Amino acid sequence: MAAPQSFLWARRFVLAFLTAFALLPVYVMVSSSLKPLQDVSGKFHWIPSGLTVKPYFDIWDTVPLARYFVNSLIVAGAATVLSVIIAVFSAYAVSRYKFRGKRVFTVTVLSTQMFPGILFLLPLFLIFVNIGNSTGVALYGSRGGLILTYLTFSLPFSIWMLIGYFDSIPRDLDEAALVDGCGPIRALFKVVVPAAVPGIVAVAVYAFMTAWGEVLFASVMTNDTTRTLAVGLQGYATQNDVYWNQVMAASLVVSVPIVAGFLLLQRYLVAGLTAGAVK
Amino acid sequence: MTATVTTDSLTEKSDRVTSRGNGGARRRLPRIPDRIRQGGLPYLLLLPAVLLELLVHVIPMVIGIVMSFRQFTQFYINNWGGAPWSGFDNYKIAVDVNAPIGEALLHSFFVTCVFTFFAVGLAWLFGVAAAIMLQENFRGRGILRAIFLVPYALPVYAAVITWAFMFQRDNGLINHVLHDQLGLTDQPSFWLIGDNSIYALIIVSVWKGWPFAFLIVMAGLQNIPRELYEAASIDGAGIWQQIRKITLPSLRPVNQVLVLVLFLWTFNDFNTPYVLFGKAAPENADLISIHIYQSSFVTWNFGTGSAMSVLLLLFLLVVTAVYLLITSRGRKGADA
Repeated sequence: MAAPQSFLWARRFVLAFLTAFALLPVYVMVSSSLKPLQDVSGKFHWIPSGLTVKPYFDIWDTVPLARYFVNSLIVAGAATVLSVIIAVFSAYAVSRYKFRGKRVFTVTVLSTQMFPGILFLLPLFLIFVNIGNSTGVALYGSRGGLILTYLTFSLPFSIWMLIGYFDSIPRDLDEAALVDGCGPIRALFKVVVPAAVPGIVAVAVYAFMTAWGEVLFASVMTNDTTRTLAVGLQGYATQNDVYWNQVMAASLVVSVPIVAGFLLLQRYLVAGLTAGAVK
Repeated sequence: MTATVTTDSLTEKSDRVTSRGNGGARRRLPRIPDRIRQGGLPYLLLLPAVLLELLVHVIPMVIGIVMSFRQFTQFYINNWGGAPWSGFDNYKIAVDVNAPIGEALLHSFFVTCVFTFFAVGLAWLFGVAAAIMLQENFRGRGILRAIFLVPYALPVYAAVITWAFMFQRDNGLINHVLHDQLGLTDQPSFWLIGDNSIYALIIVSVWKGWPFAFLIVMAGLQNIPRELYEAASIDGAGIWQQIRKITLPSLRPVNQVLVLVLFLWTFNDFNTPYVLFGKAAPENADLISIHIYQSSFVTWNFGTGSAMSVLLLLFLLVVTAVYLLITSRGRKGADA
């Protein structure tokens, strides 16, 4: 089908505008991270006056970036793994079984999506403090508390998406496995899970990004040793003297792994959304 | 166990057949409730999710509601039962628009509504435009798709800190372009304090939000059968007509969910204003989530903060219910 000129021009315009809009901060991040301090402290220049990689070495000393990085990796990684496993079990139950309370479960889980985080931040903070006081299990300020919190953030979306995805996998497949003598759990792992890999990857990507980018709970629920990047990165920006080149270098360093991973896996996300959530 | 589950689904199928009126002989088989045949397995599978949702969402919400009826300050953090009851006092304080607290809350609510309207509208518009423009295959499509997803993939704090740098009065890119290069302003403007801050907030929020709309719409477009376009093309419909007559109507159910999700996320957004402005947002960009955070954790007035949170939740519930009612009616109308 030959598109008319009007469409082609509209497309060029829209795509050029959105490309520029999407990449503008990326350009600022990359170029400013390579500028000497006096260059970022003065007027902005599109072209750096001199290139330096010094900010990339300094960022590790100005704030304990490496520690924050490890904390973020542990918290986001653990939250992702747990959230995916729990979502797979729940979605399997909802997709394959009839049982009383099924609708109540799906509706309740989905509606937690709309709770403003601020509504349960404070009570959760109190619960964690009081569990700590009465049992000695330190949840407040610990990575465990944050993992527990984060894994529920992505859970509703993950369950919702996987139900749709599992529904799109023919029942005959796992029923055949059941006839062959597999238990339901083995049928899940031998048949349904392998067939749902794109959906599961999509859910994992979503869970990891949710945990990696969360700021509110990270700023209230962590202390000096458990602080994640979300809070740690503000260490450069709130000091009297803002080292903007270091802020940009650190932002780039914490972004590159997640952007690279996301772009590698984005096809799965679209495939997962197509089969699961968007129907 | 295995066998029972299989027969379960077999009888289920035959039930469906008999109910349509094909051979009623099977009907006389005694029906065992599904619950017994599959055992507690589904409940066992749901248990972890239910427990966690209870611990992190449901119980805290109940506690939040209880706290909103108490005089809860920092003295009661370790002894939350000890806070005295105060009835509806916290709510009265929150909604009394003649007193400073209520007035500020109303202002913040208004700011949030304006912000959400523009941020969701533009994010949705950009996302739909991008997805439709990338629907056909052409050279460079894959690269553009990757570029458009970059704002979604960048961690919020890294991206928003960069925007904060761009909006700096003296050394930011925005003023350099507007003032130094284009000469549009007499003086370099303030963007992160004062009246302009709402524009800065909307721009950052749209930048961060439209790739999600793009992603969802892109997935939705893949469910539109190609034959529809082919048929329309044979009938002589041009590409603009196809977009208007096929693409946009087919996207309707996707758009309805998308707009609702964007609305809830944007209305509740804390991350963007917090990283952009810090703990206290400028008056003109004082979003409700930041406002409640400020009331609870900075001025330590947990009771009033909780009452504000409950009011916010009630508002969101009503809006969501009305929205679902309107859109489901619209869908019924479209089907008829």
